[in-house]
Amino acid sequence: MRKTIFAGALSIATIISGFAAKAQELTVYSGRGESFAGPVFRIFEEQTGIKVKARYGSTAELSALLKEEGAKSPADVFLAQDAGALIENRTLFADAPKVLSETALPEFRSNDPKWLATSGRARTLVYSKERVKADQLPKSVFDLTKPEWKGKVGYSPKNASFQAFLTALRVQEGEEKAKAFVKGLVDNGAKTYANNVAIVQAVADGEIDAGLVNSYYLTRFVARDAKVPVAQTFFDKGDIGNLLFVSGAGIVETSKNKENAAKLLEFFLSPAVQQHFASAVGEYPVIKGVIPNPTLTGSLASPKDYAPNVPLEKLGDVSATKKLLTELGLL
Amino acid sequence: MMFIPLVYLVVRAGATERTELAAIVLRPFTLEVTLNTLALVGSVLVLATAIALPLALLVTRTDIPAKRAITILATLPLAIPGYVMAYALIGLSGYYGPLNAFFGLRLARPEGLFGAALALSLYTFPYVFLNVREALLGLDPALEETARSLGRSPRAAFLSVTLPHLRPALLSAWLVVALYTLGDYGAIALMRYDVLSSAIFSQYANAFEVNYAAWLALMLLAIAAAFLVLEGALNRQRRLARTGTGTRRNPPVLLLGRWRWLAVGFAGLVHLVSLGVPALVIAFWLSRAPADVDWTKVPATVLGTLSVALPAAALAVAIAVPVALVATRWPSRLTYGIERMTYFGYAVPALPFALATVFFTLAVVPVFYQTLAVLIIALALHTAALAVGPVRVRLLQIGPRVEESARSFGYSAPAAFRHVTLPALSRSVLAGAIFVFIVVAKELPITLLLAPSGFTTMAMNVFSRTHEGMLYEAAPYAALMIAFSAVSVALMLRSERNHP
Repeated sequence: MRKTIFAGALSIATIISGFAAKAQELTVYSGRGESFAGPVFRIFEEQTGIKVKARYGSTAELSALLKEEGAKSPADVFLAQDAGALIENRTLFADAPKVLSETALPEFRSNDPKWLATSGRARTLVYSKERVKADQLPKSVFDLTKPEWKGKVGYSPKNASFQAFLTALRVQEGEEKAKAFVKGLVDNGAKTYANNVAIVQAVADGEIDAGLVNSYYLTRFVARDAKVPVAQTFFDKGDIGNLLFVSGAGIVETSKNKENAAKLLEFFLSPAVQQHFASAVGEYPVIKGVIPNPTLTGSLASPKDYAPNVPLEKLGDVSATKKLLTELGLL
Repeated sequence: MMFIPLVYLVVRAGATERTELAAIVLRPFTLEVTLNTLALVGSVLVLATAIALPLALLVTRTDIPAKRAITILATLPLAIPGYVMAYALIGLSGYYGPLNAFFGLRLARPEGLFGAALALSLYTFPYVFLNVREALLGLDPALEETARSLGRSPRAAFLSVTLPHLRPALLSAWLVVALYTLGDYGAIALMRYDVLSSAIFSQYANAFEVNYAAWLALMLLAIAAAFLVLEGALNRQRRLARTGTGTRRNPPVLLLGRWRWLAVGFAGLVHLVSLGVPALVIAFWLSRAPADVDWTKVPATVLGTLSVALPAAALAVAIAVPVALVATRWPSRLTYGIERMTYFGYAVPALPFALATVFFTLAVVPVFYQTLAVLIIALALHTAALAVGPVRVRLLQIGPRVEESARSFGYSAPAAFRHVTLPALSRSVLAGAIFVFIVVAKELPITLLLAPSGFTTMAMNVFSRTHEGMLYEAAPYAALMIAFSAVSVALMLRSERNHP
């Protein structure tokens, strides 16, 4: 009862303050879906009284929109699936609070003042528990172009995370090797899918035996059905296929609410929200002291030890990656 | 207004350097997706017609039972978003599908040309069905009877008299379905088939290859323009109005006899696949939906959908009626051009259309940027063509005679129109408005890019969840969307209670 009265008083206060100052409102362009970001925005609204007007879309669409709007953009914060879009648009952002990037774990720290990592994600291989034995698992992502995987692999060339992986491959191993790898996949009859969900689904359905995805997709399937016949793994330590990368946010330069925008970023990096990302979503927290997701066990519990050493800033050259994919007829 | 997207595309395409142009546009992939696109349009038209034409004939010309139910059920698939239909078809056969859950059965996954054509036909056939049904209901039975009295067999009379009279309805439905197929990409991507629209989407969404995407969009528009010209050429200079005097009779009812159950079986099969499969899959998802679906949000999204779809439907009709009227009454190059332009708005791929609107609003009327008004206007311009079709067909059937005689009794031209033509048109206007309403309710790319921040519709909720693989959480919204349009279709059919 007391809580209700308090909540009532709070919402009345919010309404009044809403009339008092229209500045208590933030427009967020969210490339992260509503099911992911919505609950976070709601708690933020309750705690701060700042109303969040979220605009959901794909990271790439919103990135195009942001560019199109230029100086007239009503956006205060851009939340992106993948840092590539943030790096690509870095000139559109104001500096993010410095203190925040210093609290981030080193592997997720951005050395660019223009944006912050809000959660970590890792590239993994999902495979069928029914059709792939432990000793048949590939040691490297390059093994997937070998004859024993002919017609059995799924990937999503249109997906930003696959593109982040391919960018890392280009940066780390050179253009030729990257091109040869993708061509190898194509020649080996690997199947393309619209997104990561479709890949996990296809493994469960028996269309393919393995697929290249991000770690948290399987977490969602397991949350619904513990018996899902799909498992996931990293390749050998340091393999480029285990890329560790981030989803992140930037404050839009033309924003008139930079202070509140900074508050939102701060909130995203708070222990409670980071715990939510880990427990409910299955992503990797970017700060210390968060209890890991129970479905991410074994090698998956310590992605840092398995990840290749690719600085986050180098993942910004997505356009050359897209050119490569376009050349091969995959985009 | 319709030219804005075109100008935008031309400006963007024009920014390409010549050497780059040869490399990106003239590559085998471009040819491949172009051919795939044409193959898909052809397959969808054949399949949708094979479903819709017999159904329309059955409910208008035979004694098949439950005509009204069949009519409602044959209209409902319009409400199913493409990606939900595709997910349903794929999901039915998969590990998570109900078939596996209940019977341990896993079918081969529908995919490629077949899968894409199947998914698209299953939710576009209602356009053909409603258009043809409308034409059959409006057709003067005297035509066929005359042919019969001149010694033709019923079949010959049907083929030589009725079928040609269905041509305008079929052609305008085909045009809409073809343009829809050209623009869809959600279902097609899930079916793992590459076409122009999905290539545009992936290039545009990347935003780094905007020029290439603009070229692809112009190519797609060229194909759409070819369809527009073709349909126009085939459909021009036809006179369909009755010339006889007196009240027309209702057409004779064909007794099906022992074919009755076969006909019911056919209708049942169509409903089972087009509605049963998505309904089953949605119900299955719903049954597994976690308890924490946020039901308190649902009323707001319903309201959001209504606040866009209702005014957009009204505005689209307000554009469509005068356009259809001038095009049928004063046929000239100009009016013909105006009518084709409405289809053009429908044919421009949604994403460039939305970005062009963003571009235009920011440059010319920045005050209106990200307001509901712009969203509604854009959606109405995009969908007006859907309302033009049924209105035009009806106007052709009514003909100018009745209005002329009203004028000879001293009515002014506007009064004659208001008192004579408009009442006869009302059913088609309503049909057009409901088409637009349902399509706007499930529209995505334009709504996503132009809606005010913080505003949500049911379609946005379905999409954001299915896209993230949260199929169970998407189920309530998908179910709601179908229920929603079921109500609108029922309302549309109620207004014509005296017809089957």
